[in-house]
Parts: sequence; structure tokens; C-alpha cells
Amino acid sequence: MFEKIFQWLDERLGLEAIYGAVLDRKVPKVNWWFTLGSASLFLFVMQGITGIFLTMYYVPSPDKAYDSIQYIMNGVAFGWLIRGIHHWGASLMVLIVFLHMLRTFFYGAYKYPREITWLTGSLLLLLTLGMGFTGYLLPWNQRAYWATTVGTEIAGTVPGIGDFILRALRGGSDLSAVTLARFFSAHIWLLPLGIVLLISVHMYLIIRLGISNVPGEDE
Amino acid sequence: MAKKSSSPNLSRRDFTKIVMSFLGSIMGAMVGVPIIGYVISPALKATEIDDWVSLGALDSYPIGSPKLFSFTRTKVNGWEQTTNSYGVFVVRKSESALNVYSNVCTHLSCRVNWNEEVAAYTCPCHDAQFGLNGEVLYGPPPRPMDEYEYTIEDGNILIHLTEA
Repeated sequence: MFEKIFQWLDERLGLEAIYGAVLDRKVPKVNWWFTLGSASLFLFVMQGITGIFLTMYYVPSPDKAYDSIQYIMNGVAFGWLIRGIHHWGASLMVLIVFLHMLRTFFYGAYKYPREITWLTGSLLLLLTLGMGFTGYLLPWNQRAYWATTVGTEIAGTVPGIGDFILRALRGGSDLSAVTLARFFSAHIWLLPLGIVLLISVHMYLIIRLGISNVPGEDE
Repeated sequence: MAKKSSSPNLSRRDFTKIVMSFLGSIMGAMVGVPIIGYVISPALKATEIDDWVSLGALDSYPIGSPKLFSFTRTKVNGWEQTTNSYGVFVVRKSESALNVYSNVCTHLSCRVNWNEEVAAYTCPCHDAQFGLNGEVLYGPPPRPMDEYEYTIEDGNILIHLTEA
């Protein structure tokens, strides 16, 4: 019965071929450091799911942001768990993505023909840091407010266009409701969209080129 | 797919399948239960109202025609206080007998108004009409207007406001 349904679908969708290309790839003998990419992907998906559920109660406005998070933590069943996973998952994701980058660098896996994989990966690391930066403001507590004040000031030290960058980030000269709203928008729409697109390219290239060997001693 | 093993014992593959689906179900429940609880928990929280609300002096209401009394009550919903407004029609039959009706239409909760010309409470949404004593005269409402329990203390009317 199930086999018949599967055959019918497979004939039209080519499921076996997708499975073969994505999961039945030939891989060289590698070590545990090669799991960091999958770990990064897993963390991104987990942050996405917990983040979607957090938006069910979170309000990105200065007078309600803090209260709505208090409600998530104390008023909603398992709110502390969903937010806790999102909070700790964020730090863990930055750590894992960074280690993934170090592994690629020290094993020389960025070399021909994998330069574009490396480039997209570098952008993904920057976007991950962007997610951390924008997400840090959203609780709208003292730490969030001053961290973003300092962070945007640092961006403002760029010679020449610094002041423009600072204003563009804050949506004006002050850190305000406009800042909170645009950081929220960037955090849930713009940056995740960029990450999804780049992950697609990144994954396509991994499937197309396969993963690299652990370099030998003479390499 | 999987061929029946000729050995009477469980094959290694079948054993793995059973263990994996068992562990998978446990993990699925560990993820699923918190998420479902997270989504539906505000719906399960009871915010009860059980209050006696004063409508003012009995003498301020005329005998024979309904008079609207409006008041508000605040509840905490999530991160915000929600103020709900209530309206009740006080219909004084005689010196001491009266009825207090909610102005919420029993059809779909629009607010009804007393219309002197047709001598009926009329609903602006679907043209329903209720008679002076709350009975349905015309339109879709499934039951007469809701009535409040009341007492009179020191010449003041008090109604019993309850909400689950």
C-alpha cells in the first residue's frame, strides 16, 4: 500500500534521485569537525522555529517589548523554554558557525573548486553576527539599549560616511522606537531571507562538489 | 521493501526500526507538547469576573421606559490591560419591580439601542428587534436578551456581573 503510494509519487517527483543526490553522496573519510556545517544548519532551523513562536507574543514597541517578554517568561506555558532555547541557541550558533569557518580555513577546504562555497559561507557568518546584533536589542532592557547604543556608535566611527551609517542603523540620530522596529524587521525578515538564500547556494555547491578531504601531511 | 526474516528472532534492522521509532516518538512529544502548550495556554487561562456593580439610585430611573447605564471593567490580558465597556438597560415596571437587560444582541454580540418609535430594542447589524421585556420580535437572535440578577440596597440598584 505505502509502497504503491511512494512509487506513484517517486515516478512524478523523482524522490529517489533527490535522496541519492542529497544524502547518498560519496564522502571521503573525515572526522567529527566535519559535522559543524550540519550543526550550523540545525541551529539555524531551531532558531527559526523558536523565533516564529516568539513572535506570537512579542511586541516590537518600546512601551510593550519588555512587558511582552515578561509575559512570555512568566505568563505563557513553556514560554521560558522557547525563549531559553532561542537565547542560548543564538550564542551557540555564533560559536558553531565560527568553528565551522575555522575548520574550513585550517583544512584548506576553501581552495579550488570551493571558493564560492567559502565566499557564501563568509557572508553567512556575517549575517549570523547581524542576527545576533539585531536580536540583542529586542528585549529592550538596559543591557540591550546600551549594547545597541555602543554598537551603532562603533559603526558610526567609519571615516566619512560614519554618521550616515549610524543614522541608517538607528533610523534617525537617536536610538528610538524606529530603531527597535527596524531591528525587529531585519531580525525576522531581511537577515533570515539572506541567510536562507545563501544557505541554498552553499548547500547546492556542497551537493555538486562534494566535501573536501582531510589534507594529508604532505599537502 | 524489508523481507521477512527467516530467523524466528527479531532481525537487527527491525530491532533498530522499533527502537528508533520509539525514541523518535518520545523526542517528538518532548518538542511537540511544549509548543502546543505555548500556543494554547492563553486560551486556557480563566479570567473570571464576579462582581456587584452599582447602577445608581433607583429613583433616577423612570417607570415604564428603558434607560441605558454604561460602565467599564478592566482585565489583564497578557502584557496589557483590556478595558471592556458594558451597557445595561434598566426597565422599571413599578416602584420596586424592575428588569435589567444586557445591551449585547444574542445573535452576534452587536450592541442594541432602544428605539422609541417602534417601541423595541433594535440591533444595527442585522435588523433584529427585541420587545420591552427582551423577547425576540423580529430577526435572527436565537434567544431573548440576557438579563442580570439584581438587588436594591439603600435605594441603589446593584447588578450581578459574572463572566467565565
